[in-house]
Amino acid sequence: MNVLMFGWEFPPHITGGLGTACFGLTNGLAANKVPVKFVVPKAYGDEDQTNVRIINASDTEVTFATKMVRDYWNYISYVEVDSKIIPYVSPEDYYNIVNSAEKGNETSENKAFSGKYDFSGKYGKNLIEEIMRYAIVAANIAADTPHDLIHAHDWLTYPSGIAAKEVSGKPLVIHIHATEYDRAGEANLNSQVRDIEQKGFDTADKIIAVSQLTKNILVTKYGIPENKITVVHNAVVPQEKTIPDAERGIKDKVVTFLGRVTYQKGPEYFVEAANKILQRDKNVRFVMAGSGDMLEKIIRRVAALRIADRFHFTGFLKGDDVDTMFALSDVYVMPSVSEPFGISPLEAMRSNVPVVISRQSGVSEVLKHALKADFWDIDALADQIYGLLNYDALSTSFKKYGKQEVNNLKWENAAAKVKEVYQSVLNK
Amino acid sequence: MKSICFYFQVHQPYRLRTYRFFDIGRRHDYYDEHQNRYIINKVAEKSYLPANNMMLDLIKKHGKVFRIAYSISGVALEQLEREAPQVIASFKKLAETGQVEFLSETYAHSLASLKSPSEFKRQVERHKQKIKSLFNVESKTFRNTELIYSDAIGKQVFDMGYRTMLTEGARHVLGWKSPDFLYVNSNNPKLKVLLKNFRLSDDIAFRFSDRSWDEWPLTAEKFVKKIKNLPPEDEVVNLFMDYETFGEHQWKETGIFDFLYALPEKVLQEKDLQFRTPAEVAKELQPVSAIHVPHPISWADEERDLTAWLGNELQDEAFDKLYALEDKVQQCNDKKIEDDWHYLQSSDHFYYMCTKWFSDGAVHHYFNPYKSPYEAFINYMNVISDFILRVEEKFNASEITSQPKHKKEQPQESGRRVAQPDTFQDLKKVPKKVLKEVLKGLSPATLAMALANTDNEIYERLVSTMGKRTVKAMKDNKPINLTATDRKNARQIILDSVFDYYDMHSV
Repeated sequence: MNVLMFGWEFPPHITGGLGTACFGLTNGLAANKVPVKFVVPKAYGDEDQTNVRIINASDTEVTFATKMVRDYWNYISYVEVDSKIIPYVSPEDYYNIVNSAEKGNETSENKAFSGKYDFSGKYGKNLIEEIMRYAIVAANIAADTPHDLIHAHDWLTYPSGIAAKEVSGKPLVIHIHATEYDRAGEANLNSQVRDIEQKGFDTADKIIAVSQLTKNILVTKYGIPENKITVVHNAVVPQEKTIPDAERGIKDKVVTFLGRVTYQKGPEYFVEAANKILQRDKNVRFVMAGSGDMLEKIIRRVAALRIADRFHFTGFLKGDDVDTMFALSDVYVMPSVSEPFGISPLEAMRSNVPVVISRQSGVSEVLKHALKADFWDIDALADQIYGLLNYDALSTSFKKYGKQEVNNLKWENAAAKVKEVYQSVLNK
Repeated sequence: MKSICFYFQVHQPYRLRTYRFFDIGRRHDYYDEHQNRYIINKVAEKSYLPANNMMLDLIKKHGKVFRIAYSISGVALEQLEREAPQVIASFKKLAETGQVEFLSETYAHSLASLKSPSEFKRQVERHKQKIKSLFNVESKTFRNTELIYSDAIGKQVFDMGYRTMLTEGARHVLGWKSPDFLYVNSNNPKLKVLLKNFRLSDDIAFRFSDRSWDEWPLTAEKFVKKIKNLPPEDEVVNLFMDYETFGEHQWKETGIFDFLYALPEKVLQEKDLQFRTPAEVAKELQPVSAIHVPHPISWADEERDLTAWLGNELQDEAFDKLYALEDKVQQCNDKKIEDDWHYLQSSDHFYYMCTKWFSDGAVHHYFNPYKSPYEAFINYMNVISDFILRVEEKFNASEITSQPKHKKEQPQESGRRVAQPDTFQDLKKVPKKVLKEVLKGLSPATLAMALANTDNEIYERLVSTMGKRTVKAMKDNKPINLTATDRKNARQIILDSVFDYYDMHSV
């Protein structure tokens, strides 16, 4: 069973959760004895290739293009891309990307169908153009690389998966980590992205969704039959580094929100819950770690509520600062409005921090040792946070069992389910 | 005869370093030592020193007839003493000439006048002493931070003993009136008010190097001609500006120093022009009318109001959280805490949080070390959060030591004990009947000391239990030079008396 997998990024060169998930999944598949050839638009040469062979699309000579790709190409050549479609990118990166865009923007059609194309591998302004070039290269890779089935992750790689299927005639498994409805919300939907998603779902032989929540979106919003979709929850790579023993400067307990400060993550519900708790108990501090297009609005709200001496902002954190933040936290809150999966509560639990998560997250389907509330139910959020802060028995048991629970969410198990999906399409 | 009245503002704040959430409770160094040192040295070299030397030259050249005034904030003086003592030395030389007036202001260049009369007074006093100790002069004229003024602030200033104050000749306040006369406070005609002529002041401070300005280049001749073109009955032209105008805001290359050097000569060639300091103007001229300023004005921006420092959610939150600490800071008796308390009050910190991006945004941006007002707010609140922890810790420690010894020995069984006060604040919980009995036995002087700078609630509560005569006697016995220790002792007397009362009545 040889798998040709199309991704967009691979550690260490990642900008979001997609690369991390692909890394975990390919390792899990290797443990299940499923060899994977993993294609990325741009490989840097320092990827961990212990369990996977990385194919660099930028190195691939293009000699022909399928009809489907030509159709796509004609389609995109007159569609301008607006820039609200970028998934999995921190706002800082997004800003840099958009501001440094336009480089290597070769639009000549002849070039697209012959020779090598150097992908940026980033989420750029001419993203859709890159995606389509990637599809052209994918068709060529599919012709040259022996494989039994094709696996494509999220809309960025669906055109590649479809092109490859067209060339080799092998079954296509489509993996959905986040839909356009999660990223943008119903009101700000990008129709180009939605169309690409729809085409991917329709063409796929099987679909893997990261949660029941996501599966429901596919059924209700994209009209996909339920029996075509299998839910495989994400897992986590076990923590290898030891958590730094951060010195605490403050005696008060700390409640943390860590993530992008955007509509999807529900930061305003965190603020309102914080305010409710602070009216009752002054000896708590709330921290919002992250950045995003709602940050300024949130800061103004915190100032207007007059709680800014108890509600702190750290800006965007990365690397060791994230670990330090977890080490300083007593409760972690993820009040996401729509979260296909949501890996960060697992990271918190791995660092012995009890979590409160919204029911509107995929991760709430797999966790038992977490408190759950609807994101809009500020009273319930406040109540649960207060409980974890004040009733030691609760937090102690959550810490103890939470860590075990997370450690049992192994990619090996998730990959076994993916393997079952593979077998079902091969036996068709 | 027209008087030309120059006053120059010298101020540099202690800018904050990047202080992160992770630092709260762990690091108490709030200031960007490197940046502050760099800026004070740069400004001293480019502006203060060459300008001071030029003023000394001008005084030498023209003799007694050249007269000017300075207001130098306490935090700027501190930094100059440490980093550029040669600037202090040249200010001393200027002071020795007797032709230079040094004005009073708040030590920290703060906005205390808008929030706390007691803190305002403390800072003015601290500044006055600093000026006295450095330059051996007694400041007689007051200029508030950013020329902020209102009828009510004028009254506070008068009550501190000043008879002259400077402010902006704001158009919305003056209406058809001219700033070129002497005015008085509308509540108290004994306080004289000098108004800045912003057109002529800003010609120098803001427009001097502006090549798109139709009067560019500005020369001393042209400027004197503009003064001569003012209505003949105008009596004074108040030219108020930042001292950094010379060499920093307007670079040397613009010719600003040449202009400054040439100006006195051109002025003094005219028979009907003379230089006067603010105090001299107030003494020599007859006030023409009262000026009504019910809402505070300042010299900033097009609006001439307070919105550069206060008014948006960020600024108001930071400002209120800071001043909520006043009472506790006073009771800490800790020099380092008091210094930080002052440094954190500098108006600059609130200026950085201003969200008015338009019209004046460019000026704001130029002086702003932060990328956005939000960053400024976050950083300031992180610092304040640490400062609150320090104040609370120190305050609680001093409260514990000041508790009466016999308190712990008291039996716990009586239900009445619940009402017994631990701190002065707890007197709110003591029944009025008890307070009445206790306060009867105490001297009005003690009561006056204990009640100085209390919050309204507790003040009202205690006063409501006193007889009319006691209240009057208390007001007549207003404490002079009250120290925090005096007040603490006075409060302890009340607390002890309450305990004694309970002791006697519980059996």
